[in-house]
Amino acid sequence: MGLDIRLPIGLMFSLIGLLLVGFGAATNSDAALYARSLNVNVNLWWGIVLLVFGVLMLLGTTRSRKTPPPA
Amino acid sequence: MQPINLAWVDYAILIAYVAFVLGIGWILARYMKTSSDFLTSARSIPTWVTGLAFISANLGALELVGMAASGAKYGIATAHFYWVGAIPAMVFLAVFMMPFYYGSRARSVPEYLKMRFDERVRALNSVAFAVMTIFASGISMNALAKLLNQLLGWNYNVALWVCSGVVLIYVLKGGLTSAIYTEVLQFFMIVLGFAPVVYLGLKDVGGWHSMNQSLQTVATNPAALYLKEAGTTYAANAWTSAWQPVLAGPANNPMGVDWFAMIFGLGFVLSFGYWCTNFLVVQRAMAAKNMTAARNTPLVAAVPKMFFPFLVIVPGMIAVALTSTPDKNYRIPPPIISQETYARAVDVVKNANPADSAVAVKAVGDALGKKVDAVRISSLVAANAASKLSDDKIKQGLYNSVAENDYDGVILSLVKKYCPPGLLGLALTALLASFMSGMAGNVTAFNTVFTYDLYQAYFAPGKSDRHYFLTGKVITVVGILLSIAAAYLASEYNNCMDIIQLVFGFVNAPLFATFLLGMFWKRSTGTGAFLGLFGGMGGSAIFHALTIAQGNAPGIKGGYLKVLQVFPSEMAQNFWLAAFAFTVCFTLTLVISLATSRTKTDAELKGLVYSLTPKIKDDNQPWILRPAVVGTVLLIVCVILNIIFW
Repeated sequence: MGLDIRLPIGLMFSLIGLLLVGFGAATNSDAALYARSLNVNVNLWWGIVLLVFGVLMLLGTTRSRKTPPPA
Repeated sequence: MQPINLAWVDYAILIAYVAFVLGIGWILARYMKTSSDFLTSARSIPTWVTGLAFISANLGALELVGMAASGAKYGIATAHFYWVGAIPAMVFLAVFMMPFYYGSRARSVPEYLKMRFDERVRALNSVAFAVMTIFASGISMNALAKLLNQLLGWNYNVALWVCSGVVLIYVLKGGLTSAIYTEVLQFFMIVLGFAPVVYLGLKDVGGWHSMNQSLQTVATNPAALYLKEAGTTYAANAWTSAWQPVLAGPANNPMGVDWFAMIFGLGFVLSFGYWCTNFLVVQRAMAAKNMTAARNTPLVAAVPKMFFPFLVIVPGMIAVALTSTPDKNYRIPPPIISQETYARAVDVVKNANPADSAVAVKAVGDALGKKVDAVRISSLVAANAASKLSDDKIKQGLYNSVAENDYDGVILSLVKKYCPPGLLGLALTALLASFMSGMAGNVTAFNTVFTYDLYQAYFAPGKSDRHYFLTGKVITVVGILLSIAAAYLASEYNNCMDIIQLVFGFVNAPLFATFLLGMFWKRSTGTGAFLGLFGGMGGSAIFHALTIAQGNAPGIKGGYLKVLQVFPSEMAQNFWLAAFAFTVCFTLTLVISLATSRTKTDAELKGLVYSLTPKIKDDNQPWILRPAVVGTVLLIVCVILNIIFW
């Protein structure tokens, strides 16, 4: 099929990662908010993980576009 | 349980997910030109994609919810559903069975049965499968809508129709490809959405080691957490060792099973019956782009599957450990009780006479309509009499005193406990994703079987491809509408669903015997297979009518004709039932096949039966990537996992 699934996956996780990083950074000083997550700003940290995952997926699509796999 | 209020960021994540899922359907729509594109993906998808979809189609939400529940009820032994009950069967499917499914160019599992045996076997299998997928997806959608209703306060009807609508749009647009692609997206969503919850839970209980220590204390007196009847006691490793308690016999493990039922019933009959013959999962492998990709699909899937227990079972174990630690302020949630009922019970506590605690306990128990912990209720009544407690305090006390657990609520209670806004949106989206992948999986399997094996075979043979393409689309809509109807049925008549699931247990239990004999014994005949299947189903129904699990009353749970055998648990009853059904079907098929003459010649069975099919040459593959080698490596890793958690 013409669609490389890594593209939407990469885009979606990058977007959600950015959202979480942004939200986490904006609420970093809000200790009450993060009391339930054991005082870890999980939004920020997990947002970074999602962002890295998303970007890796996107890199995968561009790399395979440059070197078409042998048929 | 108060509804949770979602923040804008949670909604943003949810909306982003729905938008991407719909977008994938939209983009794929222009590649959908023939019925084969729509219903079988025209066999064009790379291995890692079909592999992850293979596992994701099975990873419905009921699996997520149910495995966490079992993790709490039975501990690490629940992992047997993966290490015994999935991996060996997946390797077997890849190495031995996929060549026939894929090589025969059958478009569905029932179609393979028609090629191998005859129309009767296909008709029986396809009708049973079509009805089953509809109910499976209905039951799961009902669970989702109920959950969204309780958790977020959404309207049941709106939740049901909107979620089904999203699935309908992307399946209708992009067909099986769309379902498979979104399943991959959902796979990552589920893993990445729940991993932080597991991490936070483990961190909170003080790590793996101290979780196990808490569980060892619990095992000696599980009644303290309402896990078992008062007076039950197990060895300390009952929740933390996978094999030792099972080998010690049914009385020594919380599942109440013995090793033979575990290995033969679950590990052989049920597991191979599901993974090797259920079209819902096999369809994913059949969509692969070539034979190698098809055979590697279950192997790719086996890698994450092997490690899923740490994602889906460990939360249940965390919940037990947290409950046993009083200062964590957590308990495995009790059954859902309405706010009005709580309010009434609060009044009963206020009016109770602390001097007569037996009466007070009974009154509170009646008001809540549940079993209650007498000690906790007495002290709550006494505390309230000594110094007036606030209504909220009393309510909290009542919540903690309900002596029953709603294990299905475990996973959500942990999400609620640990997730701040943001992460909460991610975890809820993951949950929603798992419901949708379950529904889409069922609907895509349903429309293929219905279109090719029922409609084309019996109602309208010989029409143009365009005709079947449109039929496939119409059937997709019909399938979703039927699922919604099944969801309403499930919400209205819970018992009716129990009966339906019971009947499907009977239908599925003997199936693997038919495939095993069909694929590996050329002498087996259509009549033998057909009557063997019927006999196996009848056998399991009779087995169920004559046996019962300890603690159950004769009736829907079995034993309604006469109780000949009492099993220590329902799970043991199920495993033995499967083993019995398999044996009956196997023996009948064998005997009747020998008594009837063959209707298919060797030439007709080429590519369908092991001994008549040329061996696949894997020479073009480096030896390290050949399915047999990869499968062996996976089995070794699986054995190592079993030994680590012995």
